[in-house]
Amino acid sequence: MSRPYDHIEGSGPPEKSDPGITQPALGLTGYLRFFWRQLTSMRTAIVLLLLLAIAAVPGSMWPQRSSDPNGVIQFFSKNPTLAPVLDRLQLFDVYTSVWFSAIYILLFISLIGCVIPRTIYHLRALRAKPPRTPARLERLAVFEATELEPSELDPGESGKSVDASHAIEAARSQLRSSGYRVALYEGAKDLSVSAERGYLRETGNLVFHTALIGILFAVGLGGGFGYTGQKVIVEGQSFVNIKGAYDSFTPGRFFTDAALQPYRLTLDNFEAKYEEHSIQAYGQPIDYTAHVTTWLPHQKGVNSTIKVNEPLALGGSDLYLLGNGYAPTITVRDGQGNIAFTASVPFLPQDANLTSTGVVRVPDALPKQLAFLGFFYPTAGQLTTGALTSIHPDLRNPVLTLFAYTGDLGLDSGVPQNVYALDPTGLTQIAGGKSGAPAIELRPGQTVQLPDGLGSVTFTSASPNAAANDWSKSVPRYISLDIHRDPAQLWVLLFAIIAVAGLLSSLFLPRRRVWVKAIDGSDGRLRLEYAGLARGEDPGLAAAVSAIAERHAQRLKA
Amino acid sequence: MTETFDSFALVAIYSAMGVYVVAFIFFTLDLAKRSADAKPAAITASVGQNAAVGGRATVATLEAEAEAVAAPPRRVERVAFSLTVLAWALHVVGAVLRGLADGHVPWSNMFEFSLVSSAIAVGVFLFLQFWQDLKFLGTYITGFALIVLGVGTVNFYVPVTPLPPALQSYWLIIHVFVATLGTGFFAVGAGLSLIQLLQSRREADKTSRLKFLGTLPQADKLENLAYRVIVVGFVFWTFTLIAGSIWAFHAWGRYWGWDTKEVWTFIIWVLFAGYIHARATRGWRGTRSAWLAIIGFGAVAFNYTIVNLFFKGLHVYSGL
Ligand code: HEM
Repeated sequence: MSRPYDHIEGSGPPEKSDPGITQPALGLTGYLRFFWRQLTSMRTAIVLLLLLAIAAVPGSMWPQRSSDPNGVIQFFSKNPTLAPVLDRLQLFDVYTSVWFSAIYILLFISLIGCVIPRTIYHLRALRAKPPRTPARLERLAVFEATELEPSELDPGESGKSVDASHAIEAARSQLRSSGYRVALYEGAKDLSVSAERGYLRETGNLVFHTALIGILFAVGLGGGFGYTGQKVIVEGQSFVNIKGAYDSFTPGRFFTDAALQPYRLTLDNFEAKYEEHSIQAYGQPIDYTAHVTTWLPHQKGVNSTIKVNEPLALGGSDLYLLGNGYAPTITVRDGQGNIAFTASVPFLPQDANLTSTGVVRVPDALPKQLAFLGFFYPTAGQLTTGALTSIHPDLRNPVLTLFAYTGDLGLDSGVPQNVYALDPTGLTQIAGGKSGAPAIELRPGQTVQLPDGLGSVTFTSASPNAAANDWSKSVPRYISLDIHRDPAQLWVLLFAIIAVAGLLSSLFLPRRRVWVKAIDGSDGRLRLEYAGLARGEDPGLAAAVSAIAERHAQRLKA
Repeated sequence: MTETFDSFALVAIYSAMGVYVVAFIFFTLDLAKRSADAKPAAITASVGQNAAVGGRATVATLEAEAEAVAAPPRRVERVAFSLTVLAWALHVVGAVLRGLADGHVPWSNMFEFSLVSSAIAVGVFLFLQFWQDLKFLGTYITGFALIVLGVGTVNFYVPVTPLPPALQSYWLIIHVFVATLGTGFFAVGAGLSLIQLLQSRREADKTSRLKFLGTLPQADKLENLAYRVIVVGFVFWTFTLIAGSIWAFHAWGRYWGWDTKEVWTFIIWVLFAGYIHARATRGWRGTRSAWLAIIGFGAVAFNYTIVNLFFKGLHVYSGL
């Protein structure tokens, strides 16, 4: 099996040149050449592939900043001593770590160094004639021979029966029509045809490996020019596609603001359907649909929908529906009766029934700043402990409870604050928890006075005119969108498809050489020899040679 | 209606398990019988090849024909095989009924994965017989199916539930189905590689207590069979990877995000790429590549069990 990589691999130590000239420089090239040959050998490729597989494992054992940033934060707070050590080893950024990158970069250098010489070799082989017929075909792995008596042979029109040259001509046309490349050779006493097929196998292999390089580059470049961002939008609110409007925004390395195409989007309505019939699955979500209106510059608004598996393509980016929840509308009046805060506040879901928590900060309240830690239950029910919990994700018995605090919120200190969490240090609790006063409990439309004349809180209903027990529209919902732009994603797909095509032809097309030799006997007999040689995996070789022999003999017989 | 279908599905599944047990016993008896039949001289003999190669004067064919005559009829094995076919039919009926109960394809939680992946593994084993006589893997495959189906049904059973929105995609159907197909081929391939390892050990020192190995193909033949089965699995796995990224792209807005399951799909793919390379490299062919095939399948099993159950990620749909 003289496959091209054998040709490259292990072809001896680096050649010695004239020892007279400067030794160190030569030593260096020799060393480099030796190193290069090692790097591009199949053995190294295997080792690097296995290393790559092993190196990918830790990324599934610890949370990764790229896919689960909150998990990393949690891990740090749970394992304060271990986490920094793991972080030093880049175990929270495995796939961008130095060691992971080193492995795949070496692998791809090896791949390039392996593919280029093989491509050159293969291009040459594509133009070359099939090789000379071996003198002794019977030594090959697959060999058959028959002798045909003169009486068996087709007499032909001229009356002169078939001889070796006829037989070889027949074999040549037969092999050609079954896709072999052929060449005729003349030996001392014999004529032969040498045939080879399945060049597409090696072509497929090279296409496959080259496409892998294409995928790597497309992924790298696409990530560099694209961006990803998140945005929470409450029903009735709008989003304008500028960097400042995103809740979080991660640009690629080569991103410029010009990549953000202008558009505006309004969430008209978010619809969630829950299982009603099956008892086991009661209340599980079946469908989420966000109804939106979008505007491109100088154009009329367009109504569209975004569903979980059906992103919306808009302005060169794709918008995905990743999450949803409730945003109770809360209005706070301060001790002087002024409206110090009014907004629909997105609450973060904590469980499948959308028990949610949220925070309201009211720095403008006078005489004292106010803050609230809220719990929202779309369908409130009571645990045996007396605590509230949500028993269904839909709005059937909505209740909002609030812990209230006063004190300096520290918003002027410039320290960034988590909008979904409240750090109570330095604050005085005035309702709920250890304050002695009960937590504030509100239904949509209700207002409660705060202790000590500090003001009041209103849970505004979004459907004040609904029937008495119809809460279904009383609290606005919000959606959380992931917005991505990856200009190279089609390239990645294209290279992946090319890779698969290459893989299929490389794995399943046989590459083989076949020889047919004809020898004229002294007594008018004709000896025919058939042999085959596999180049790579070829389970069907023996059967193929037999079939060729059978058809060939058939054509020659009377 | 749903509940009726589901309970009929369970009846079919438990019956299938019962028949698999009997088939497993018969396959094991056959191995015992093979041990009794194996004479020391039989070490170099290789059966298990269909004489489909055909043709006339090739040395290989002559050998195959001679063996076909020499091999004693394996009646016990034939019974075991028929039982496996029966069990599989029940198994498939169970899966179909479960799908009817679901109202969607039955592979959206751990129980259904176990149900379908074991059915596909056995199906691959059965259909490969048209190509090669691999019945000697019967003990391994029925044992595998029993464990997967048993654990899946007893420990992971969940009643019919609607598909959560993230799973409502025809890419899910393709992705998971192709993954289970690939798993079936990897399972058979790993079985062949396992026997290959035992066989080459025996060929090296000729003193194995597993006498039935004497009636099985030689190590290099087993290696070729394993390779051919595994590359088919590899192609399916490549499709899994691609269909999975397309699905991820529709559902989460990125085709690749190194989520836990994506990581493991990738690891498995790379391991088998390593295996294919090993097969084409001097010094790695044979025992080492066989180990890689087994490790690769081990990673598949790990992915289906430990990763699904204990690792955190976006793919949280074990249904438990
Ligand atoms: C990114 C890493 C690589 C991957 C994922 C990979 C994957 C594969 C796969 C799937 C095959 C079988 C299908 C086919 O023949 O096209 C294969 C075959 C092959 N690869 Fe790679 N490869 C990689 C790197 C390399 C490198 C670095 C070399 C050279 C040293 C190489 C040389 C070969 C050769 C010679 C074959 C043919 C094997 C045979 O005839 O069975 N590959 N590779």
